[in-house]
Amino acid sequence: MSDVRTAEFLEFVQAGGQVETDDWMSEEYRKRLIKFIEMHGNSELMGVLPERDWILRAPTLQRKLALTAKIQDEVGHCQLIYRVVEDLGKPRARCLDDLISGKSKFHNVFHYPTKSWGDVGVIAWLVDAAAIISQKALLKCSYAPYARVMKKVCWEESFHILHGRDTVLAMITGTPEQFELVQEAVTRWWEPLMHFHGTPIPADEDPMVHWRIKSQGNEDARQQFLDGYVPQILELGLELPDPKLGKNEAGVWEYTEPDWEKLTAVVTGHGPASQERLAFRALSRAEVDWVSKAMLPEAA
Amino acid sequence: MIWEVFRQERKGQPFVHGGSFHAPDRAFADAYAREFYARRQESVALWVVPREQILEIDEFPDEFDLKYRRVDGYSIKARLKEARERAGTAAAE
Repeated sequence: MSDVRTAEFLEFVQAGGQVETDDWMSEEYRKRLIKFIEMHGNSELMGVLPERDWILRAPTLQRKLALTAKIQDEVGHCQLIYRVVEDLGKPRARCLDDLISGKSKFHNVFHYPTKSWGDVGVIAWLVDAAAIISQKALLKCSYAPYARVMKKVCWEESFHILHGRDTVLAMITGTPEQFELVQEAVTRWWEPLMHFHGTPIPADEDPMVHWRIKSQGNEDARQQFLDGYVPQILELGLELPDPKLGKNEAGVWEYTEPDWEKLTAVVTGHGPASQERLAFRALSRAEVDWVSKAMLPEAA
Repeated sequence: MIWEVFRQERKGQPFVHGGSFHAPDRAFADAYAREFYARRQESVALWVVPREQILEIDEFPDEFDLKYRRVDGYSIKARLKEARERAGTAAAE
C-alpha cells in the first residue's frame, strides 16, 4: 500500500507536480528535503561570518553600508529557509544545535578564511554567482514552499553579484597593488569555486534530481557557471590557476579534476576556518540566548 | 508564534503569499514584516496574519455534479448547429 503510494508520489513529482506542506509525501522525500534545505539555511547563516569580519574594515562608508545590507539579506534568507524546514518537522532550535555540533553541514565556500578586501569582492561576485545558479534551479523544486522562498532569495542575490562585481572593478581600475589583491583572491577562491557545485554525479543517478528537489545536475550547474563567468573574469586581465581550463570543440568546458576528497574533508569540518567559524556561531548563540528567551516565552 | 505574510507589489494587484516568520506579538510582527518584505520598496502593502487565524480550505468535492455553475457544464455546439439549420443560416460547406 505504502509502496504504491510512494510510486504514485514519485510519478507525480517527476511529471512536474508540486507538493505543499500538508500534502502526503514519502518519508524518504521528507528526509531528503529536510537535510538539503537545512544545509542551505546553515550556509546562509555561516556565509555571513566571513563577510562580518569586513564590516569594520570596509574601505568607504558606502561599501560598509552595502556589505551590511548584504549580510542582512543573507540572515533573512536563513530565517526564511529554516521556516521551511520547521514546517517539514524540524524546529529551528534543533537546526542550530545540529549546526554547532557538526551533525549537519554547510557549504564548502564558508569554511575558508578571507585574507583581504579582494576576497570580499570575489566572494560577493563569484561565490554568489555560483550560488544563484543553484538557487535558480530550485525555483522549479517539487516542494512548492521552498520554490516560493527561492524567488525572494534569487532576487536579492542579484544585488549581491552586482555589489561584488562593482567592488572588484573598483580595485581592478585602481592601483597595481589593488589589482594584485583581486588576482590573489581569484587564485585563492578558484578551487573552492570548482568544488562548489559538487561531484559530477550524473543527473539520472542524483537522488535530489530523482525526487525533483533539484532540477539540474551538478556538472550542468558548473558548466553554466564557467560559461557565464570565465569570460567575465578573463576580460579584466585576471588569470585563472588552471592551465587545462578551456572550452572544447563541443562547447563543453574542460578543467583539471578538482580534489573531491578535499571537498569532503572541508564540508565535514576540516576546512581551514571550519572550527573557528563554528566556535564563533556557538558563542553568538550563547550570548543572544537571553534575547530569544525574553522574546519567545514558549522557547524559555 | 508564526505569522504569514501576503504582499502586494503594486497598487491594484492581488496580495500574494510571500512567506512566514516568528514574532512574539503584533509590534514585532510589524517591524519584521517591514524588514523582510519591504525594505527595498518591493511591496506597497502587506497583510500579516497569525497562522492560526487562517482558515484553510483545500477540498472541494462536487458530489452533486453541479457543473451548471461552470462554463464546462454547457455544450451548445449541437443545439446551435440545429438552430442554424432550422433558420437556414448555417455556413455553406
